[in-house]
Amino acid sequence: MEDKLSLFYILIFPGFIFLSLYGLLIEYVDRKLYARFQNRVGPRWYQPLADIIKLASKETIIPRQADNRMFRWIPVFALAAASTSVLYVPIWGTNSASSFDGDILVVMYLLTIPTLTFFLAGWYSKSIFATVGAIRALTQLFAYEVPLLMALLAPALLANTWSFTKMAEFYSHHPLYSVFNIIGFVVAIIAVQGKLERVPFDIPEAETELAGGPFVEYSGRLLAIFRMAIDVEMVVVASIIAAVYIPFFYNAVPVLGFLIYVIKTMFVVLILAAIRSIFARLRIEQMINFCWKYLAPLAILQIIINIIAKGVLK
Amino acid sequence: MGKVVVPVGPQHPALKEPEGFSLTLEGEKVVSATVRLGYNHRGIEKACEERTYTQNIYLIERICGICSHTHSTCFIQCVEELAGVEITSRAAYIRTLVGELERIHSHLLWLGVAGHEIGFDTLFMYSWRDRELVMDLLAMLTGNRVNYGINTIGGVRRDVSSEQIKDILKTVDKLEERTKYYIEVLTQETTIVQRLAGVGRLSKEDAIRLGAAGPTARAAGVKRDTRKDDPYAAYGEVPFEVITDQNSDVLGRGIVRVKELMESYKIIRYVLERLPEGELTVKVPKKIPAGEAISRYEAPRGEDVHYVKSNGTEMPERVKVRAPTLANLSSISHMLEGGYLADVPIIIAAIDPCFSCTDRMITVTDREKDSKSMLDWNKLRAYSIDWHKERGLDFSAISHLREDGR
Repeated sequence: MEDKLSLFYILIFPGFIFLSLYGLLIEYVDRKLYARFQNRVGPRWYQPLADIIKLASKETIIPRQADNRMFRWIPVFALAAASTSVLYVPIWGTNSASSFDGDILVVMYLLTIPTLTFFLAGWYSKSIFATVGAIRALTQLFAYEVPLLMALLAPALLANTWSFTKMAEFYSHHPLYSVFNIIGFVVAIIAVQGKLERVPFDIPEAETELAGGPFVEYSGRLLAIFRMAIDVEMVVVASIIAAVYIPFFYNAVPVLGFLIYVIKTMFVVLILAAIRSIFARLRIEQMINFCWKYLAPLAILQIIINIIAKGVLK
Repeated sequence: MGKVVVPVGPQHPALKEPEGFSLTLEGEKVVSATVRLGYNHRGIEKACEERTYTQNIYLIERICGICSHTHSTCFIQCVEELAGVEITSRAAYIRTLVGELERIHSHLLWLGVAGHEIGFDTLFMYSWRDRELVMDLLAMLTGNRVNYGINTIGGVRRDVSSEQIKDILKTVDKLEERTKYYIEVLTQETTIVQRLAGVGRLSKEDAIRLGAAGPTARAAGVKRDTRKDDPYAAYGEVPFEVITDQNSDVLGRGIVRVKELMESYKIIRYVLERLPEGELTVKVPKKIPAGEAISRYEAPRGEDVHYVKSNGTEMPERVKVRAPTLANLSSISHMLEGGYLADVPIIIAAIDPCFSCTDRMITVTDREKDSKSMLDWNKLRAYSIDWHKERGLDFSAISHLREDGR
């Protein structure tokens, strides 16, 4: 029974199937909002799915000088890592599919893997544009990862736990405590733009300079898997932000609880889409300066605030 | 990381037309850059020699999809000078009107492209939506969104009615409001200023030395505008300012362009208010007297120069076009060096390049022998006949395509 349940978690809900479908939905909402912000009509609801189907039906071209085996496996790693990480994130209610003390770090590690695969994908493509994009992806990782992790650790400190589930439980019992985490929320939202490689931090892909960066040599099914992985990553990231910073209105009734989850994640997507449409792409050195000069100190400030708050409130 | 060579072009998303830029990078820094022209040669100049002056208007107009009025006016000015005719002032005013509308559409287009090059697609979508307003005006006035076909030797082909004047003024008011907003966006939006300020520097001395033209030169503080220096059409009577900027970087080039939009609105209002009565065309003989003439025109991208030599027949003996992009290209590698790879697209875009207008000749490089040779018209013709023959199309029977000519 236990095994069957685990399989259900991994493959259906909140695992692969749910993530894929919800990822496509989120991509649609993101693209539609982006289009509306830009005064455009935007795609229809099935466009993301149609894109994936189209890509999957196309020929996959592997460059002769690229490492064949790595080239094929890397997208799968990206998708697998992104889908696994959702098991530790509360979807509805405060419970996740699996949890232990310390799963925050595991999720953070798992979410780093897609970025690493972007680097490897670019590196093994052996194309000059892909290589430059790969190096940028890795450089950028060092800039946003630290503020993001600190921004997530601060609420955990206040809740005195290292697991998402317990954190969500704590904040749902003490909703007012999450007011302390507003700075962390802002930091996380900005840093996540880097993780998802979106404007203003879409520097590795930078269409107009690098023609798509690490993915420049990818086509067909393999590119489809990469795009799926990015969609799934977006779901996971939105769920984490919703669970950590917006821990309200948990409801035990399945349908209602799920609706609340959808509303929360869509709110996060709204903010992400708005950021994407009001900024220009930064240069890599500007991005790193920004992350270390402003984001990291803000995240440290958040940690200090939470330590003090914890001391005073106890 | 050692030095790597990144090819930007001939096919690259940053370029809207084929052109080769070869960048040597050290990390993200551009150490040196070389420009290679000639991917878009269309043989227009030679084709002009085989057509009558009237046919040439339409051919010349198609040199550029954006500044089509520029090229046709510039060519016609040469022909009119050779024929010794003076156009009526109503025709001159209408030419000015269309020329300024074209400048508005070109500058708004540039603003959008610049936004796209720095990853700011929202600006791209907004400015191109506003550009539709002026495109509609041009379609209303001339019947076409581009390649207006309003010019003819000795005047213009279409009149402007009083209802059209009302429509134009209304739209210009709307555009002016939007442009004020863009000036604000360009000078105050943090990420835009961060991406554009200090990028692609070109000092005043370098601008003069490298022969930069148009907004690229004016952004470096060089007060050079053919509309003022050598007035044509109605510009001698119209009051307007030559916009310059001291920033001498990409931001300055952007500011010069958006501020020039405001001047264009002023010019259009002035022209429409004082549109003189009179005929649209004067009669010009089909055979143009022998002689040569040169004419200058301030295109949205800089100074456009046409040279026409006539031999007393219906067809010109030689037509030479110097598009403004050629003048600006020589400064490109200077601006690229020392910058970042991320700035390359916007630096290239900041001269508002129009490569197909520029290319006049093909050089063939033989990689094995490492030699360069030029293809002249006859060789090119023979090559194309052979090329098609190999693929099963035989053009050699058509007499005027044969190598010996007609």
